[in-house]
Amino acid sequence: MSDPMAGEAGSRAVTAESRPREASSIELEGVHKRFGRDTVALDGVDLTIQAGEFFTLLGPSGCGKTTLLRILAGLEEPNAGRLKIGGRDVTDTPPHRRSVNTVFQSYALFPHLSVRDNLAFGLRMRGERAAERDRKVAEVAEFIQLGSLVERHVDQLSGGQRQRIALARALICEPDVLLLDEPLSALDAGLRGQLQVELQRLQKRLGMTFVFVTHDQDEAMVMSDRIAVLDSGIIQQVGTPGEVYEHPANAFVARFMGHDNLFAISRSEADWVETELGRLQLDPAEQRDAQDGWLLIRPETLELGPEVPEGYNRLEGFVRERLYRGSRIEYRLEVNGQPLMAVASNLGQRMHGVGDSVTISVCPEDLVRVAS
Amino acid sequence: MANTPLVTRRHAVVSETRHLLFSVMPGAVWIFVFLVLPSLYLMAVAFMSNGPYGLPELPLSLDAFKQLAGFGFLGWSPGNFYTLLRSLWQTLVSTALVIVVAYPIAYYITTCRAKLRPLMLLAVVVPSWTNQVIRAFGWMNLLAPGTPLSDAAQALGLIGQHMGLYPSNFAVTLGLVYNFLPFMVLPLYAAFEKLDTAQVQAAQDLYASPMRAFWHAVFPQTLPGLLAGTVLVAIPAFGMYVIPELLGGGKGMMLGNLVANQFAGGSNWPLGAAGALLMLLATFVGLFAMRRIGKRLGGGEEVVI
Repeated sequence: MSDPMAGEAGSRAVTAESRPREASSIELEGVHKRFGRDTVALDGVDLTIQAGEFFTLLGPSGCGKTTLLRILAGLEEPNAGRLKIGGRDVTDTPPHRRSVNTVFQSYALFPHLSVRDNLAFGLRMRGERAAERDRKVAEVAEFIQLGSLVERHVDQLSGGQRQRIALARALICEPDVLLLDEPLSALDAGLRGQLQVELQRLQKRLGMTFVFVTHDQDEAMVMSDRIAVLDSGIIQQVGTPGEVYEHPANAFVARFMGHDNLFAISRSEADWVETELGRLQLDPAEQRDAQDGWLLIRPETLELGPEVPEGYNRLEGFVRERLYRGSRIEYRLEVNGQPLMAVASNLGQRMHGVGDSVTISVCPEDLVRVAS
Repeated sequence: MANTPLVTRRHAVVSETRHLLFSVMPGAVWIFVFLVLPSLYLMAVAFMSNGPYGLPELPLSLDAFKQLAGFGFLGWSPGNFYTLLRSLWQTLVSTALVIVVAYPIAYYITTCRAKLRPLMLLAVVVPSWTNQVIRAFGWMNLLAPGTPLSDAAQALGLIGQHMGLYPSNFAVTLGLVYNFLPFMVLPLYAAFEKLDTAQVQAAQDLYASPMRAFWHAVFPQTLPGLLAGTVLVAIPAFGMYVIPELLGGGKGMMLGNLVANQFAGGSNWPLGAAGALLMLLATFVGLFAMRRIGKRLGGGEEVVI
């Protein structure tokens, strides 16, 4: 009890020492899910999540990301397809026999139980002895810095505290895979940012496979090793945050990742495309299969200034709106009657005012072609 | 000048007290006239002697309580004792059966589409809008000798030839269960409705089989509703008059009938008053016990009536 390394003690319950198992991979093959007769939630999902990965399912509401998570948990049965966790087919395994635990969006803490009994619930259901349960609860409660609250009832806790209890209640069982269903969405922005960092650190330390569901692309990019973007029950793209943000597979992914500068390509050759902005040179390597599609210009790749470096595309326009964001300045420009967004770091140089004419330059290698 | 604030404050206190007194007055008068006075009168009657026409008269005596305990002119007879036991037994059995029937009904209604639920609840409640006597007569017609139900029971050897399911203790139990079902369904439904289904899934996610998820995550959360329903069913059932009177026959009498007979027949008011006091006492004990259990469960404010 008088452990001099009390801070470290908590990690023991959930770290390698008491975890004989390796982290588990997840394989989904042709997973379909319908609700009722004609609501398709998942339309043929093939996906492999590596062991020990922080993997995020990202998409708008109704895209099927939560359904996919619930299929991993066993709370929803797929109409077709197979699911393997740690190499073992668990498609027909009920939730209570899967070594998978979930942090629910509403936290789903048991209001009739104390914090202690909430934390111990999974261990108790698994038939662990009382002494063992008490030891683990004490360690985990210490670990999440809520050791003094274990006798309380959950309705006496704040939102942030409940969130921690929900996380600890799942982690205490040392699952092969931890599922998180928008666990931060109910928290205010400050606490949310702090917990994003904490969760990511925790996952790296435990080496556990985390599957995280969110509709917030910033959150997904900050935390994830890889992201799967879903829409209409179909995986649109799987990749690292950099891949998904810089090279979105299609216009939907581009828009969902927050890109506004998308222009329909009317004509294209190997090293140039024609859009409503005009003709722009681009890297021949960027030549994709797509005949037409969209041109994506990331706002941070645009440079505003009188000089245009050698080989850069040159555009002429004027400033319609300027948004001062402190660390950066957003310009809503108009070029050839088309709106174009540019972001400049606030380096103290002269800002362009509303109505100013500006020369815009962009490197051909920064232009990206996006399929429809 | 220096005193003014004090005077004003005292004035304010007085006017507040007066205001309080005025606002409480109508209720207090009502309770005094219609609850306290009759109760005191009832208590007084119970401690008086039985007069020639069954009316109470002085001197004070404990005869009524002796009679209630079964001591009469011919020594001790177990009749009243049996009636008391029968009342307790009927209350126990019918409350248990009401729980068994109401629990799945309440759960089923919560699983229905939100639009259907008020309709289903209405269907549960509507029968209780009909007069209790008429409903008891309905059961008499269903259970009397010669009806299909009685014939079936005869064929199965449950009752003797040419007998009916009514009159009997069974008919009384059935009538009580039927009568009090809505009083259990409604609080249970409220308890189920408050339950977050995510909690059931969380329990399953935390290695609880469906049975254990029910037992550890659902059932404890419906206990306050169950307790409230038990209070609403058991207490009136214990004092029930109409159902045993109509469906029970001579051997189905409950405490309520014993009390009523002492007043209605004009035979023995003090004995009736003593019986009523006993019922009141049992009610208080029951409520007190429920309150204790409710407090132990925690958060069951609806139980604390």
